[in-house]
Amino acid sequence: MTIDTLRLTAEEARGLVERGEVSSAELHAAYLGAIAERDGELNAYLRTVDEADGTSVPIALKDLISTRGVETTAASKILAGYVPVYDSTVAARCREAGLPVLGKTNMDEFAMGSSTENSAFGPTLNPWDPERVPGGSSGGSAAAVAAGLAPWALGSDTGGSVKQPASLCGIVGLRPTYGTVSRYGIVAFASSLDQIGPMTKTVRDNALLYRIIAGRDPSDTTTVELPEPVQIPEAEDLKDVRVGVPHELNEAHGIEPGVKEAVDRTIELCRELGAEVGETSLPRSVDYGLACYYLVAPAEASSNLARYDGVRYGLRVNGADVREMYEKTRDAGFGDEPKRRIMLGAYALSAGYYEAYYGQAQKVRTVIAQEHAAAFERFDVLVSPTSPTVAFKLGEKAENPLAMYLSDVLTIPSNMAGLPGLSIPCGLSDGLPVGFQLIGPQFSENLLFRAGHALERAIGFDHVPERLR
Amino acid sequence: MAITRDEVLHVARLARLELTDDEVERFTEQLSAILEAVAKVSELDLSDVEPTAHPLDVVNVWADDEPRPSLPVEKALANAPDREDGFFKVPPA
Amino acid sequence: MNWQPVIGLEIHIHLKTRTKMFCRCEVAYSEPENTRTCPVCLAQPGSLPVPNEKAIEWTIKLGLALDCRIAEHAVFHRKNYFYPDNPKGYQISQYDEPLCVDGRIVVPGEGGDAEVGIVRAHLEEDAAKNVHLGTAEGRIAGASATLVDFNRAGTPLVEIVTRPDLCSAEEARRFLQLLRQTVVELGISDAEMEKGSLRFDVNVSVRPEGTDELRTRTELKNLNSFAFAARAIEREVERQIAIYEAGGDVEQETLHFDPGKESAPPLRSKEEAQDYRYFPEPDLVPIEPPAELVERVRAELPELPGARIRRLAAELDHATALDLVTSGRDGLYERVPGDRRAVANVLMNQFAASGVDPAAANAEELGKLIEARSRIPRDRFTEALAKSGDAGFSAQTYLGDGLVADTAELGPIVDRILEANPGQVESYRGGKQGLLGFFVGQVMRETQGKADPKVVNELLREKLRA
Repeated sequence: MTIDTLRLTAEEARGLVERGEVSSAELHAAYLGAIAERDGELNAYLRTVDEADGTSVPIALKDLISTRGVETTAASKILAGYVPVYDSTVAARCREAGLPVLGKTNMDEFAMGSSTENSAFGPTLNPWDPERVPGGSSGGSAAAVAAGLAPWALGSDTGGSVKQPASLCGIVGLRPTYGTVSRYGIVAFASSLDQIGPMTKTVRDNALLYRIIAGRDPSDTTTVELPEPVQIPEAEDLKDVRVGVPHELNEAHGIEPGVKEAVDRTIELCRELGAEVGETSLPRSVDYGLACYYLVAPAEASSNLARYDGVRYGLRVNGADVREMYEKTRDAGFGDEPKRRIMLGAYALSAGYYEAYYGQAQKVRTVIAQEHAAAFERFDVLVSPTSPTVAFKLGEKAENPLAMYLSDVLTIPSNMAGLPGLSIPCGLSDGLPVGFQLIGPQFSENLLFRAGHALERAIGFDHVPERLR
Repeated sequence: MAITRDEVLHVARLARLELTDDEVERFTEQLSAILEAVAKVSELDLSDVEPTAHPLDVVNVWADDEPRPSLPVEKALANAPDREDGFFKVPPA
Repeated sequence: MNWQPVIGLEIHIHLKTRTKMFCRCEVAYSEPENTRTCPVCLAQPGSLPVPNEKAIEWTIKLGLALDCRIAEHAVFHRKNYFYPDNPKGYQISQYDEPLCVDGRIVVPGEGGDAEVGIVRAHLEEDAAKNVHLGTAEGRIAGASATLVDFNRAGTPLVEIVTRPDLCSAEEARRFLQLLRQTVVELGISDAEMEKGSLRFDVNVSVRPEGTDELRTRTELKNLNSFAFAARAIEREVERQIAIYEAGGDVEQETLHFDPGKESAPPLRSKEEAQDYRYFPEPDLVPIEPPAELVERVRAELPELPGARIRRLAAELDHATALDLVTSGRDGLYERVPGDRRAVANVLMNQFAASGVDPAAANAEELGKLIEARSRIPRDRFTEALAKSGDAGFSAQTYLGDGLVADTAELGPIVDRILEANPGQVESYRGGKQGLLGFFVGQVMRETQGKADPKVVNELLREKLRA
């Protein structure tokens, strides 16, 4: 039978395998075929795994997810050739669930970026318009799912790296509650923020994949058990759901009119589906969130990236003594964005600046968490655009790091508070997908899936890029 | 300039990054702009706010003192750029 | 002007847990290189630390033994620096929220007790081992390459920092002996310097006696024994005094001693201003020691060496009490009946030389042996002590032959016999050496055969020669 990888959802694919209509290996081969056909243009994959090792629906993994025996580079030259001797917990859980790995997807180097242009191995292009970026840093995973090169994929989200590329590529992306998915084996960027998240065509697929990867891991002491099992959403309405519309997230400077329009229409749809909709406010979270994030994340990154020193693995550029070897290796191995963030982080932590920068940012983080908690006293979910813009052109923000950082201004505040967020496609603006962000309290993934599913049904978004239909 | 050229050189040394002159110039400019933006956090008076190091309220997670198998030495050294016998080898420290 | 030394110590001890601090690789000292490693202690990308519960419990135990306050909320921090023995580029340590703070050890001494404040005791991980190639003895200068073995990386390490309360090299030595004995008795560390499971650095400054100023201090590193440390401190104190008396100023610097070479002059280095960029370790959650854990550990604490030294010093003297306790023989001392001074002397001398485990020795029988020691020939006594740990050891075996070997008892008898037989004495001295048998016989008769013939022979020869 022919497999239409562009349209097939993971749930449908699983049905085919369960009913014996296709084998897991046949599915795997069909996606490899699609990759061979379309990925030359898109560059969503850094490498594919040609052998189908599993019994179920194949999956693509962002290249910072350690896979035993399969090169894992985090799209950095400094890790080129590095082959892990161990599996990350999420890779192991996918294996246990029978999901064969299709390959490792492209990303911004060390997950630092919002466009996937910071990959040391060339940018990924947006399947909706190859002159535009797919978002980032999980741009490879997003593009792969959108272009039918994977039924589903895993990305990672620190400041918005699952939600924002999902938005720009017209797919569904979940950033889970901090601590529900193991970080063991995930090449670290910012430890107190990094979370692995599912990237899928539908909300139900997303819940299915989240169910596979979530739960406490003894190897990651920052994980916890889920308070309730993951439910695959069925409901088609939003009765009894209180939807809060934070003013600052919806009126932020830089939100494109087309994005605003699509999001406002979706908020109206919430009402039609039975939700109680009201305005709310996160006065300091949005104003100070970005600054807070760009202190906390680089500080942690400056320390997390210290292990890339040419001693035990990865690139080495030799020097007369070990210090010279370090400096040459790290200069040659890291791209500009990691270098900027390493230096920014080292500066924020250094003697004399700690209190003013890192210490103060940690306090802002408390304020952000408190503001969100207050909003959740009145509302069950908060909604906003995921990204202020649709996919932008390659190179448009490459020379201006600050402009690039603003891509995450709407995803960062809830991330700082450790909250889950779901992005679903809610329409098009100038022919490009717009993402709708739903934020809930900690451990509210089931509610986000329920609301996302109901909206998805009502919106009827066609996730196949128009140019590929 | 929120950060001087000398400060950029200082943090580059702390972070063991050997920068070219070009890079020093570019990063001084870019980091200055970024630092100006992030310095916004100091506008807030948060003297009575507790810092948050971690989004989850969890304490006391540890493991029993029970040994688990280590890696065979060949696996430990599998990705080593240079080695001698069972050691990792680096230029003189 | 009289000068007073001001000495503070920073001590590192390895905990003898089975596994490392943040992974479950076995702690190993003599395994082939890089055979006790895993993704965590090799800092492979993505690996995460998981703390060792036993190490946390033992640090609390040590803190209680040092009279510290156990923190209600303790945090691991990252200490960032680059070196090949530091695989992550940061060491997981503790910074401003350590597990144990504000304790003290009372060090009993001749001139009264000295109280040494403990600033903190915190938990961290040890570094890997670097081997510097191309020069003798692992010296750094001029090495051609460095080899790294990560077996030691991640071994649990407790750092104890004292206040600068020590006033002499001798006091520092006694403090270290007492601290070492304490951790050994708590069962948390071997604390062996040769093995590297006990290391310490010393801060030294001097001040005019009677003032409480704190002057520039120097740091002495790589000291490889307590005795050597005491000598090094003395020399450093003298050096600083000489500088001040010549009108100079002491510079802040670190003196690195060459382990293995006590006579070599230390290498001096300026203290480079370090910027470790400490921040809370985001991969770990805080420790809030549960009250029931702290109370259970407190209840398990044995009587501590300091208290025992004070108790024993009352019946002996400080030096002997310290020696008994820090050699681990005070328990036996307390079980052996008899004259206190005699028991202490035998235990610290002949018994110590016998190598018998004090815990295995039969105290009752040892008491009998020590009481009768004047009547037992020396080599028989030594032999008896060597067997005092054997099953079924009985002092009677050595007392049973009943021979008097004590020269103090036999001497006067011999003198009497010689006085009573002046003619035979003269003949003997004239060359008739065969008469020795006659004298021996006389002594034996006098003692009813109880004298040790060998001792009698020796005594007679000695006295006849005079």
